[in-house]
Amino acid sequence: MRAIWRVFLKEVRENLRDRRTLISALIFGPLFGPLLVASALSLSFRSAGVQSERPLYLTVSHSERAPDLLAYLRQYNVRIKAVEEDEAAARREVAAHRGEEVLLVPADFGSRLQAGQPSPLLLFADESETRSAASVERLAAIINQYGATIARLRLIARGLDPLLTVPIVLHPIDISTPAARSALVLGALSYLVLLTMLMGGMYLAIDATAGERERGSLEPLLTLPVRREYLIYGKILAACAYMTLSLVLTVTAFAVVLRFVGLERFGMSADFGPRVAAGIVLACLPLVPLGAALMTLVAAFTRSYREAQTYVGLVLLIPTLPLVFAAVLGLQPRASLMAVPSLGQHFIMLSLIRMQPLPAGYVALSVCSTLALGALLVFAAGRLYRRERLLG
Amino acid sequence: MIEAEGLSKRFGAVAAVSGVSLRALDGRITGLLGPNGAGKSTTLRILYTVLPPDCGDARIDGISVVGEPLGARRRMGVLPHGAGLYPNLTARENVLYFGALHGLARAERRVRAAELIKQLDMDEFADRPARGFSQGQRIKTALARALIHRPRNILLDEPTNGLDVMAVRTLRGLLQRLREEGHCILFSSHVMQEIAALCDEVVVIAHGRVAAQGTPAELRGRAGTESLEEAFVRLVGAAGGALESEGPEGRPEGAPGG
Repeated sequence: MRAIWRVFLKEVRENLRDRRTLISALIFGPLFGPLLVASALSLSFRSAGVQSERPLYLTVSHSERAPDLLAYLRQYNVRIKAVEEDEAAARREVAAHRGEEVLLVPADFGSRLQAGQPSPLLLFADESETRSAASVERLAAIINQYGATIARLRLIARGLDPLLTVPIVLHPIDISTPAARSALVLGALSYLVLLTMLMGGMYLAIDATAGERERGSLEPLLTLPVRREYLIYGKILAACAYMTLSLVLTVTAFAVVLRFVGLERFGMSADFGPRVAAGIVLACLPLVPLGAALMTLVAAFTRSYREAQTYVGLVLLIPTLPLVFAAVLGLQPRASLMAVPSLGQHFIMLSLIRMQPLPAGYVALSVCSTLALGALLVFAAGRLYRRERLLG
Repeated sequence: MIEAEGLSKRFGAVAAVSGVSLRALDGRITGLLGPNGAGKSTTLRILYTVLPPDCGDARIDGISVVGEPLGARRRMGVLPHGAGLYPNLTARENVLYFGALHGLARAERRVRAAELIKQLDMDEFADRPARGFSQGQRIKTALARALIHRPRNILLDEPTNGLDVMAVRTLRGLLQRLREEGHCILFSSHVMQEIAALCDEVVVIAHGRVAAQGTPAELRGRAGTESLEEAFVRLVGAAGGALESEGPEGRPEGAPGG
């Protein structure tokens, strides 16, 4: 049994000197995930939050025909550029991207308005452009609001209650808590945490098996008075150590980065403090031996380092598949789903972020089934190392 | 002492070794001589317990490699073909790792490693990472690694492959010293001069069978010739077929090593 420990120590030490293992375990994963989420968050913040504050530039043809409307628009931070041109010229201008949107006031605008008839306004825009579509929506909202004000004044002038035109009022009531809203945005978080955790042990798993055989150091190792399965147990243990390290670093990086991004700005109060971070690490730990054994097993089956890289790369996707299904199908925690490794961890992580505790039985079920499958794979890896064909 | 009896091993349809029996005594250097693909490596691999034989058994100091492989391994130091090292560990660390897996205490393996580094003239590169070692440096490190636990029996698979003259001389000197100390040394080679220069006993293997065993003088006598090389050619030829399996393409499909 001491041999397991010695193999473990040697693999940990040797891989500390391996740049590829270090980069994938300690730098790439922990930086990549948090930065991805942070930049996605601040991008969505920019397009949703800042858009309405931004001044809107509008070209208006014959603005003198609707002075009140223009004054109203200016109140809502619309910058007006007055021109005098006809419909065809306005079309050309928008098509040539000289002006983003052109509002054309027809000659009879004022007289129809006075007569109480609907007064058309023409707005030219290229709505295939995202920015322009958003501007059109904003302009339409302002102009409709202006129209509604005129309508109310007309009713009052005729001695009618303006509320007569509002028979129904729909009140959508959002009962999602701020924490749950942030969980929506942070849905990718559990996926990234699991992926970087697996990547942390990937190169070690390959190097310790396929790499060792390719270098020719496996055969001398097998001449030592050590049971073959102890050798692979030591290697799996070393992969576990790197995965755990990668996991802790990634979750810590997430906690730090999300604090800087400032979730309150999105009306979210995801409490991603040390307690939630520690909970996420604990939730993922049962998956560590399973992932390490799976990668080691697959790498040990292959004939060369390159082949191992290909297959283990594919295997990395297996534990993340259930998460994709869960997101697409909108799966909710159920006993049968909690028993699926990686999906169970996903649900536990989500419940931690949402601060909506899962039943203790669910958590226990997930932990037990994941550990049991992990033990099975560790045992299978041990059996594989006892086979004579191992030397290939 | 190494005794093998009726070792046989097939890889698919190819019989790599069939019924090999041999004996290597303490205080003697025994050479396993044969053309490429004759079954030398397979025989050694069975002896150092990496491959189990299909039938037959071998005993290392009386311990069966089939029944008690761990016990047999404790009594052997092995230099396999190729001798891969861990590139990120230094030569000393490579040696110490094997000492640790042999169960040597920390202080003991440190002293022993320092001793071997001196004996094998490795001081210059002992604390450099093994990445980028020359073939001679690799073989020396692998040899030190094989000797860390003071094994009574030493098995070497083509140890002089790729070594320059100086390195070969160091290796020869070391093997002779180990013989003086009473170790049992079994090594394979297809180089006649090496066998002639070192061996007290020669086992000639051809086509997976033992063609002859005896001292170089006995073999020359049996073949009725003055040169060992001529004796070798005759003995191998008599074992069936000439040396048509010479060269790497003569290795049977699926059989690892020669």
